[in-house]
Amino acid sequence: MQWSGASLLIELLKRQGVGIVGGIPGGANLPLYDALGQSSLRHILVRHEQAGGFLAQGMARSTGGAAACFATSGPGAVNLLTAIADAKLDSIPIVAVTGQVATGLIGTDAFQEVDTYGMSIPVTKHNFLVRTAEELLDVVPEAFRVALSGWQGPVLIDMPKDVQQAAIDVADLPPPGVADAAQEADGAVLAAMARLIAASARPVLYVGGGVVSSGAEAEVRALSSACGIPVVSTLMGLGVMPPSDPLNLGMLGMHGSRVTNLVVDRADLLISLGVRFDDRATGSVAGFAPRARVIHMDIDEAEIGKIRRPDISCGCDVKAALRRLNKLAAHSGRQDWRAEIEALRAEHPVEVPGDESHPANLVRRIASIVPESSIVTVDVGQHQMWAAQWWPVRRPRQFLTSGGLGTMGFSVPAAMGAALAHPGTPVIVVTGDGSLLINIQELATIAENDLDIKICVFNNGHLGLVRQQQELFYGGRYVASRFQSRPDFAAIAKGFGIHGCTLRIPHDEGALRRALSIEGPVLIDIEVPETENVYPMVPPGKSNVEAIWGNA
Amino acid sequence: MSTLPNTIVKLMVRNHPGTMSHVTGLFSRRGFNLEGILCAPVDSGMDSAMYLLVRNDERLEQIVKQLAKLYDVKSVVVQDDLDHTVFNRIEQLMGGS
Repeated sequence: MQWSGASLLIELLKRQGVGIVGGIPGGANLPLYDALGQSSLRHILVRHEQAGGFLAQGMARSTGGAAACFATSGPGAVNLLTAIADAKLDSIPIVAVTGQVATGLIGTDAFQEVDTYGMSIPVTKHNFLVRTAEELLDVVPEAFRVALSGWQGPVLIDMPKDVQQAAIDVADLPPPGVADAAQEADGAVLAAMARLIAASARPVLYVGGGVVSSGAEAEVRALSSACGIPVVSTLMGLGVMPPSDPLNLGMLGMHGSRVTNLVVDRADLLISLGVRFDDRATGSVAGFAPRARVIHMDIDEAEIGKIRRPDISCGCDVKAALRRLNKLAAHSGRQDWRAEIEALRAEHPVEVPGDESHPANLVRRIASIVPESSIVTVDVGQHQMWAAQWWPVRRPRQFLTSGGLGTMGFSVPAAMGAALAHPGTPVIVVTGDGSLLINIQELATIAENDLDIKICVFNNGHLGLVRQQQELFYGGRYVASRFQSRPDFAAIAKGFGIHGCTLRIPHDEGALRRALSIEGPVLIDIEVPETENVYPMVPPGKSNVEAIWGNA
Repeated sequence: MSTLPNTIVKLMVRNHPGTMSHVTGLFSRRGFNLEGILCAPVDSGMDSAMYLLVRNDERLEQIVKQLAKLYDVKSVVVQDDLDHTVFNRIEQLMGGS
């Protein structure tokens, strides 16, 4: 059959199960868009390439499958890089296809030419510069195989314009690329892990994004319940344990509760699953779980021993390994350890802030109004941490956040991807007035596609987490953290064709409820106190038990 | 041997224009030291052998693991037994002064 490089690429994407692609056309990817227009692939025209990348991430993070995005050469590709870097740090499988100037022009500083291949090396899991249309038959399945295998991540395919236009005759299309089978855990290693667990008086399960990628939440819950082991979670692991489970101790680390961090401090065994001992989770590494032996399971062998040398480890798929470990682990109620934890909880109860307008209470109120099945996407800053602390995340892939890169501007385009991938599921955005402005142009995309997204802007007129750090660690010298100009976000939303409203302190719960129940997209600009801080907070370089507790 | 300050990591890599960037980029991004590189095509030219002269310290294990993750790297071997003085004699070997 006769193909152009462009039509072949579109067909191969469809065979990978890609149904929706976000992107922006331009000179160097016009053949691709011409082929897309004649296919059944649905295109979402975003208003900035970065949003196309985050849209793909929203689909990938909420479904677990790989998603794709398009950008043209030069500025289009460069704009996309932030979203690609973000996907790399959180191990999210996306495939970005960028247009490139024709092969004969590469290296000549042609119009809209940049070295996309070179610039994307450090932020992708792998990248390809396609030199002939024939190569697509290998490159596209390979791109998806690489994105989905092992530790997942972003792959970029840079495609010169002449390759898109080239005619090619192909008899048979290749099968779609699928994830490689993960390495099996060694039985003797699992048996040794089971012995360590049996011998431990104070074990703690420390779970992260790898458990989510692996789909191992049922296995973690089973191990915790059968062996009486409390579970602490990283930001990326929220949802692995249900909020109602008494063994769920919530998020550890820089903004974790006192009990959570104290329990890790007292642990004699840290069962670390799908985690990479990130500095936001560990605080000072020397002071992290100082009494504990360490079991480490992660699909990325390079994470083992990178930060903390484990006593026993395996580079394997967490789900498959836990299924086997759970059969070996001795059941126990661990009444003494649980009693000790309950005593800690009684001593340091997590108290709901008294001020009704406190952002923590706002998070709780929104979560109580919207359906439990809602997907929530958050931005980066104080509101993100309040949401992580107080939103009852009931399942993995429900709470989408930029964990590793901490990219402000993530929440709105990621919500678009989640809404497109889950029609009928409400999508709630929790953002700040700083983060919102970074991708506010996407309100146009939301309006155009009538996506059912409720955007809750926690508006304190500041870059709140910057202001907080200046208060706590820079002698109260506030530099560039307060916004002099306060945009009318409700009016801006209306300008984009989206319902907008403003809530002042004290918050009118009825008005909030009404706004959240409007059909279709809504932006709710909610005033919150300007100088509230997120507590606890571990100061840089300190251990997690040396946090500034505030009122927490 | 382990007391030597440097050792050689031998890679077999796919021979294409981006491979060298992936390898050297890894060293700069992760802050690993890279003292020298020798690289040449082998067999039909589909693959290249790459010899990296690196510091023999506690980061070596991480270097090896990260190199093994690169798509174009087909194998990674630490070769303590190789004579790495070749890196010191490179000017001579190439006929330089």
